[in-house]
Amino acid sequence: MTRYPTTNYLEDLRQRYKDGDIDRRSFLRSVGMAGLSVGIVGLPGTSLAKEKVDEIKYHSWGGVVQEAMRRTGIASFEDATGVKVVEGTFGLEEEVLAKARAGQPGDYNIINSAGNSWYKRWMDAGFGVKLNLDNIPNAKNVMPALMQPFWDITPDGLSALPFSYGNTGIAYNKKFISEEQALEQREGLLINPDLADKISGHNDFQTRMWVAALQSGQNPNNIEDLDAVWAKIRENRSLVKKYWGSGAESIELLASGEVYASDIWSGRATSLIERDPDFGYVDYSKGYCWCSDLLVLKGSPVEVCEEFLNFILDTDVMIATAEAQLYPPSVDPTKVELTDKIRSFPNFDPTGTLEQFAFSDPFYWTKHEKDWKPKYARIEKGF
Amino acid sequence: MTRAETSTKSRGVEVAKPWILLSPSLVILFCFMVLPMTIMGAFTLFLYVDIGVDAPDLGLRNWNVFFTDPYYHYAVWKTARVALITTVVCVVVGYVPAYVIATTRSRHRWLLMLLLLLPFWISFVIRTMSWIHVLGAHGAVNTFLMWIGLIDAPLEMLYTEGAVIMGLVHFLMPFAILNIFVSIESSDRSLVAVARTLGATPVGAFFSVTLPLSMPGVATGALLVFVLSAGSYVTPIILGGPDDFLFGNLIFETIMTQLNWPMGSTLAIALALILGGIIMIYSRYFGLERLTKGLT
Repeated sequence: MTRYPTTNYLEDLRQRYKDGDIDRRSFLRSVGMAGLSVGIVGLPGTSLAKEKVDEIKYHSWGGVVQEAMRRTGIASFEDATGVKVVEGTFGLEEEVLAKARAGQPGDYNIINSAGNSWYKRWMDAGFGVKLNLDNIPNAKNVMPALMQPFWDITPDGLSALPFSYGNTGIAYNKKFISEEQALEQREGLLINPDLADKISGHNDFQTRMWVAALQSGQNPNNIEDLDAVWAKIRENRSLVKKYWGSGAESIELLASGEVYASDIWSGRATSLIERDPDFGYVDYSKGYCWCSDLLVLKGSPVEVCEEFLNFILDTDVMIATAEAQLYPPSVDPTKVELTDKIRSFPNFDPTGTLEQFAFSDPFYWTKHEKDWKPKYARIEKGF
Repeated sequence: MTRAETSTKSRGVEVAKPWILLSPSLVILFCFMVLPMTIMGAFTLFLYVDIGVDAPDLGLRNWNVFFTDPYYHYAVWKTARVALITTVVCVVVGYVPAYVIATTRSRHRWLLMLLLLLPFWISFVIRTMSWIHVLGAHGAVNTFLMWIGLIDAPLEMLYTEGAVIMGLVHFLMPFAILNIFVSIESSDRSLVAVARTLGATPVGAFFSVTLPLSMPGVATGALLVFVLSAGSYVTPIILGGPDDFLFGNLIFETIMTQLNWPMGSTLAIALALILGGIIMIYSRYFGLERLTKGLT
């Protein structure tokens, strides 16, 4: 198997360059020599060359996050390893799962996946690998609270590492809804008849059911009265002007004045409030936290993917992408120095424990998804 | 070789020649239409096990659900209604520009044709999204109406069925205009002059000569608009509210978010059969050759 320049060597090199121990020319020469060594061991005719990896595929949601990653982690990775990263985007993770199932192992290598429920779906579908965390030294900076749900799903080894976290809450227009009212009602705003036709919401079954469970006084991870949840979803629907399907759409609906209150992802809320301070943000009464992760799929060149993950989990890359996407990075803020901007994000947890947030239980939600998703789709359409 | 054998061989070549010439098209049709439709047809018989998981436990359960579940019947009815309204608006409103372009003596007629085709140069999604800034609470229409003092508060126009129909009309109107234009232009214009010399008023000549002669173009345009709007799903996503969905949205959702390919395939095949049936009815009364005429 092709040996790549060791992560430690490149990390040391970069650290020395950043510390000023070596000049730029020496740094580039050393990286070049490392690249050359990769080339030598991969000469034609050698057994190593037969397994040489020239490129890996990375699929994400696109937009500012991917641009920031490209500028920082992906560019560094390509420079250091000579492995090209072919980037792709997707709109729905379901679409990737469907294509991966229909295709061959290796059609997808690394995807930016939407948290632990999706992690369970991928693992249940047999796409998991076992990452060697010794090859990913930067993984030690990731918050244990974010890693644990992944370990719970695959105790024998991880196939993904958390990358960032965020919350779904409610954005509201302060011209029509006071901060006091928002803090008092929270998810109740979404069934407030005074806001009829001025409400929006995410058209995602899990979000709608989570909110409805809270509205009906239940634990979203253990719903006992399902009829009450459907009733609350219907109540909300009767007041909704438009359900949104993307973060950009949620901002557009609020910023254009079409609606006064809506579910929103916390990073999008930050963006909206930066643009217009007339908007505010509150969490649901018990919060709704999630994370995104970098998932390596079966059939991929695992060692190269581990190298890639290590570059992306580098503190500088994490900070750059966090500031671009406006979601806090998965690194533990008690171990890693983060910027003031990141610390100012709503839902940033300086303790690194995330104890104040509620996460969905992947075992519970994936178990019921088959029945609940189509049921919700009908209710969303008024049926 | 006898003359009879030579004659038989050349006849064979003559018979085979069209098939040889057609073979690339037939291969493409087979690979990209017949084969996928067959696979989808087979999928309709599969059992949906879980999200993204199905099994070849063949049966008619998905068809049974489609025929007995009022959810799908309502979607068919709603789609037919929206498509019909879109068709009527496209044909009635589109007739005027088609008539003007076909009958104008201006040397700038090419420019009118260009204007008609210009929207096709812009992405369909972008064109559809542009309506958000026209019909929105702070869009062009509401801003203007409030500026002139006609209304005090914005009218609710966006995220309604009306907005969806508007988006579909915007997208599909050129198809109606082009077909009607071809029909009017290819008709014998001297018949209008004859009608006028026989005492018909301009309006009378239009209703007794031009309109009947252009009806094949109207029918062709109507068919295209109806079929395309009935199969649409992007426009309701962008411009519609919770109530505004078409049958295409159910197919997208069933396949792409529920990953229920057996039911999604059933819905897709059902829509194809319904629209195919409409085309067959059209063919029975008007003939499909008018479709190609309208497009050339």
